[in-house]
Amino acid sequence: MSLRSPLGMVLGRGNAGDGVAHWWAQRLSAVALVPLTVWFLAALVRLPLADHAAVTIWIAAGWNPVWLALLLAALCWHSRLGVQVVIEDYVHSRSLKLAALLLNSGAHMLLLAAGVYALLRVAVRSAA
Amino acid sequence: MVEFTLPPNSRIDARAGKTYRAPDGAAVVRTFRVYRFDPASGERPRVDSYELDMAACGPMVLDALLKIKNEIDPTLSLRRSCREGICGSCAMNINGVNTLACTQSCADLRQGEVRIYPLPHLPVVKDLVADLGNFYAQYAAVKPWLQTRTPVAPDRERLQSKEDQEKIDRPSACILCACCSTSCPSYWWNGDRYLGPAALLAAYRWIVDSRDEATGERLDALNDPFRLYRCHTIMNCTEACPKDLNPARAIADIKRLMLERQH
Repeated sequence: MSLRSPLGMVLGRGNAGDGVAHWWAQRLSAVALVPLTVWFLAALVRLPLADHAAVTIWIAAGWNPVWLALLLAALCWHSRLGVQVVIEDYVHSRSLKLAALLLNSGAHMLLLAAGVYALLRVAVRSAA
Repeated sequence: MVEFTLPPNSRIDARAGKTYRAPDGAAVVRTFRVYRFDPASGERPRVDSYELDMAACGPMVLDALLKIKNEIDPTLSLRRSCREGICGSCAMNINGVNTLACTQSCADLRQGEVRIYPLPHLPVVKDLVADLGNFYAQYAAVKPWLQTRTPVAPDRERLQSKEDQEKIDRPSACILCACCSTSCPSYWWNGDRYLGPAALLAAYRWIVDSRDEATGERLDALNDPFRLYRCHTIMNCTEACPKDLNPARAIADIKRLMLERQH
């Protein structure tokens, strides 16, 4: 039991001075994902997915690698921000929370790096 | 992790509930199942059933509870005062919905028995009385009073246009009954750090008050991932408010004001 006053506990260590940036980034990435996802799904429907060569050619064609890289970035960014909120909501143990938050950031960065690397390989090889 | 389940000694003992039968010759019988807990007894909580003759009972849930307390079981504890929806004392969970017992008509509830519990996810002091200490501290934390630097002669009011007054008209009608905050899942999981809809509605009421000169400081105090941004727009608060206020809208407006001052 704490003998601290209820107001003292609510005020705690004060405001963290950040929160609006995270919230805005979530909205921005969500909005960016709308056209990118529509474009990607529309392309997927038309692609002969069983034909490896055709798909690699499509990935490397024109501005496609740029849109795909942006889609990957927006997706990983949005997912990282969202999973972070879920962790902060439900994980209350300090050490476990820190570990989960680091794992979340690391996993999404890895996902993004691997995705962009794969994209570059396909694009460069097709161009060569 | 968040505690999704109650600790063992807080779980309802299904076999311990007592039943108080309706008197012989009762015309219209309705059963009220009421949560009972007395920490001093050392026993687990139970749900008692009271059969009331509705023909001899007032129309509101509070009337039924007071009939139980006055005529059947004086050990029942509950808060009440104004019995007209302006004091906010008798907020409780009735048939799964947070509302005021005094403005909830029994006839408007679904047919059958009426289940009455204290406000969710708060420590229970006794029976239907929940501990609102943290809730009131959160209200105090948003400094719910006028803060100014411009001096005004003591015999003059601080003037406000009609349009500006209308902005604070509705938010000022909050009676701090805690129905909204205790219906919010985000408040259940993080009530120690998230201020909750009631306190944020109060903050909003002063942020948009044209006479207040601490708008910046008020927004600064809320720029925090937990205090404000634990709100995930679930909107249970607006759904629950017995005064038909809109805390969800107020919180969204605070987020908008917070963003606008950056650009």
